[in-house]
Amino acid sequence: MIDIGLGHYLTLGAIIFTIGIVGIFLNRKNIIVILMSIELILLAVNINLVAFSIFLNDITGQIFTLFILTVAAAEAAIGLAIIVVYYRNSSTIRVEEINSLKG
Amino acid sequence: MLAHAIFFYIFSLIAIISAIMVTVSKNTVHSVFFLILDFISISCLFIMIGAEFLGMIMLIIYVGAVAVLFLFVVMMLNVAQQKNQWFSAKENSKHIPVGLIISTIIFFELIIVIGGWKYKPDLVSSMSLNIDNNISNTHAIGYVLYTDYIHIFQLSGMILLVAMVGAIVLTFRQRSGVKRQSYFSQISRERSDGVELIDIPSNQGVKSDD
Repeated sequence: MIDIGLGHYLTLGAIIFTIGIVGIFLNRKNIIVILMSIELILLAVNINLVAFSIFLNDITGQIFTLFILTVAAAEAAIGLAIIVVYYRNSSTIRVEEINSLKG
Repeated sequence: MLAHAIFFYIFSLIAIISAIMVTVSKNTVHSVFFLILDFISISCLFIMIGAEFLGMIMLIIYVGAVAVLFLFVVMMLNVAQQKNQWFSAKENSKHIPVGLIISTIIFFELIIVIGGWKYKPDLVSSMSLNIDNNISNTHAIGYVLYTDYIHIFQLSGMILLVAMVGAIVLTFRQRSGVKRQSYFSQISRERSDGVELIDIPSNQGVKSDD
């Protein structure tokens, strides 16, 4: 318990990853919360990469965390732009009313 | 070591609770605030285990850019007050037990993988990019990022450029019926467009030909 090792960080990453997936599955409000859940999942991946990088003494994990940060920022910008356009066209972003694809 | 453990548990507890609150809070603005709290506590964890540069970058990018972007969109779209039940039980909501079961399975799979996982015995010695403890974290990242990973670095810059162009193109809207200044037609206007010289015979006046 006192000795914090790699397993503690990996467990934290697993918990946050699962919370993100639960947020995607159970969300009924609006798409923005789904985007936030995706950000949580990417954050969990970042935790794993940084923990491996520190505990295995290899810098590569931190480099890849930087690239994941870049892709996450781009994805958030594009996703929010799509949401703005969708809201302008159909004036709702509630998940249960977006059913044009009959899914 | 005791202080390290105490701070780890505090920060990870805050991170987990705020991640749960992101998912379950009814107001979207509150979700964004809990997302910011989550990012801040995770970046504190990063700084604590020795990845200072990434912790600071997380603060700048996520809290300073991404979360503010989320806040702007939430405010623009007027969805903050859509208060309804979290498990809004419509008649066809069969997805909730299925989602819970799948997430539980995923969580236990991850835990099993972590619990049964071991290093290869010669893994650390076969590593090529060891962290040099004499230089700072930022220094070490710079040495590797601008030499070994320079192509991926420039490619990520291209990704950001494409994302920026895409976001602008998606949300740009040409409004009709709005008078706006046209510099080109202003500058290219000549004297003959606006003024006409007419020879007027005496005692006859000018007849406008519209």
